[in-house]
Amino acid sequence: MNGVKILISVIAFALLGACSTVKLTDKAPPVEDRNASSASSGGSSSSGSSPSTSAGSSGNTSKSSGASSASSASAVDPVNDPSNILSKRSIYFDYDQYTVKEEYRSLVEAHGKFLASNPDRKVIIQGNTDERGGSEYNLALGQKRAEAVRRAMALAGARDSQMEAISFGKEKPKASGSDEAAWMENRRADIVY
Amino acid sequence: MTMASPEKRFFLQSVAACGLIGGLYPLSTALAQLRVEIAGVGANQIPIAIGQFWDDPAGNNQVTAIIAADLQRSGLFRVIPSNDLVRETGTVDDAFWKSKGADAVLGGTLSRADGRIEIRYRLHDATKGVTLTSSGLKANPQFIRLAAHRVADDIFERLTGIRGPFATRIAYVARSGNEYRLEIADSDGENAFAAFRDSEPVISPAWSPDGTKVAYVSFNLKKPVVYVQELATRQRIAVANFKGSNSAPAWSPDGRRLAIALARDGATQIHTVNVDGTDLRRVPGRADIETEPCFSPDGQTLYFTSDYSGSPQIWRMNADGGERRRVTFNGSYNISPAISPDGKLLSYISRREGRFQVYVLELASGQESRLSDGPRDESPSFAPNGRYIMYASESGGRAHLAVVSVDGGSRYTLNARASAIREPAWGPFTR
Repeated sequence: MNGVKILISVIAFALLGACSTVKLTDKAPPVEDRNASSASSGGSSSSGSSPSTSAGSSGNTSKSSGASSASSASAVDPVNDPSNILSKRSIYFDYDQYTVKEEYRSLVEAHGKFLASNPDRKVIIQGNTDERGGSEYNLALGQKRAEAVRRAMALAGARDSQMEAISFGKEKPKASGSDEAAWMENRRADIVY
Repeated sequence: MTMASPEKRFFLQSVAACGLIGGLYPLSTALAQLRVEIAGVGANQIPIAIGQFWDDPAGNNQVTAIIAADLQRSGLFRVIPSNDLVRETGTVDDAFWKSKGADAVLGGTLSRADGRIEIRYRLHDATKGVTLTSSGLKANPQFIRLAAHRVADDIFERLTGIRGPFATRIAYVARSGNEYRLEIADSDGENAFAAFRDSEPVISPAWSPDGTKVAYVSFNLKKPVVYVQELATRQRIAVANFKGSNSAPAWSPDGRRLAIALARDGATQIHTVNVDGTDLRRVPGRADIETEPCFSPDGQTLYFTSDYSGSPQIWRMNADGGERRRVTFNGSYNISPAISPDGKLLSYISRREGRFQVYVLELASGQESRLSDGPRDESPSFAPNGRYIMYASESGGRAHLAVVSVDGGSRYTLNARASAIREPAWGPFTR
């Protein structure tokens, strides 16, 4: 009995010794992504290459109609052209609300039409909330906002395969602070090319 | 004869714990330590004198200090500190301890042999003049805190009839600057280490029923993805990484499946999935938001948050769907359901007059009580003995964890020195 005990102690001690000396690398843990195929767009978030369109004539991007075409003569991606409505990519919401307000309809529609005429472009729509309330409910509320934007863009012609609506909830606030100004800024969906 | 079994049991525990710590990197002492503060005390506390243990090899009364802190924090004891040495053998001067106001006396001996520390202790009832237990355990020095918590658990159970909650662990998310850490700590906030760290947010940790794994939501793929991580090996797999947001993991009581919230079909809906990511099933939903699933202890019922009624409320349904019933009716914002281990109590966050506070509802009677003051409390989580609820709170602009007894009688906070602490999850019993 005692012998067994001592033996076990020795083994345990050896184990402990090993434990205390193992140096662990800080590399990212292995991630087995079982569903990569069904969510492959998740990782590639932002501004990809500019569109490969080269047909150039009118470098005129009017604010109203420029949205429907990416074929600008300039090398500037229309979504990054400050004179183009597509450069506006944030939609703001009221507290606890998720409907796209009237003032953002034309903006959302412009992005939907742009995607419709540029099938190689993709967007992530990121929903956000202000800091009040629970993490998970806010995540769902942000999702609902992103989804409202996604649906409106789908009505304007964007395909489902071009869009992914996701949510950051209250976890990645653009504005810090706990006042109405910060909260307003954070009740937002961003269209990210 | 009472010695052998706890000794052996604890010894095995120590080995298991070693494997665990070996697979992880400990936090440097510069990082946040949690600190306990007593904010309130309940009535009917048991006065217990804790004498100095004989022959304390560290000479710093660490073991008795941990036991005293555990019992004091529970709200059920009033600890009477004493410089008197009380040994685990021999007679006890009942009249002396009664004159000090003690109903119970804890004494013992610490000794060191073969590099391990042995704790022998005796719990004595001074009012009846009988020794309630005389027991002991051995621990390697690095597990001395766990050993002390186990002694406190034993004292707690013998004097209250309730299983002690001290030798358990908690998970939570700590943030320092732009670093998010999923940390695992002892129930008193000590011995913290990071199971996962990242520059993107982490939310919603959930313990597997056997305490070996934690499910959580990480944003490291620039969107919410549900992972299950084995603590001992740090191996993790993405259990749900579908189009849209993936969140709110909750373990089935048998540890085989997770209930999760997915937005792959547009609306946020509850699904269940095997813990390896296979066999995904959608639980038929009704509203645009159905999230925060939580299994009843028998696994038959899911509690969840739904905005079907026009505001977020807690509902219940069979785990495979079917008829659903609304559970909360007071207030226009009730979220984050947590079920007590006996299935009788529902805890949740309710917003009343702009304040987010912890509530508890006795399901059989419908009796609702408020347990916290807010203004921004979140994420209630039951202790495995069902007598305490840990939640995230905020005061002075700092996020910390707090614990309240389910009767509201006692409360304490675990204060981080350096970082914001949120998203607590109290782990299971591990014996």
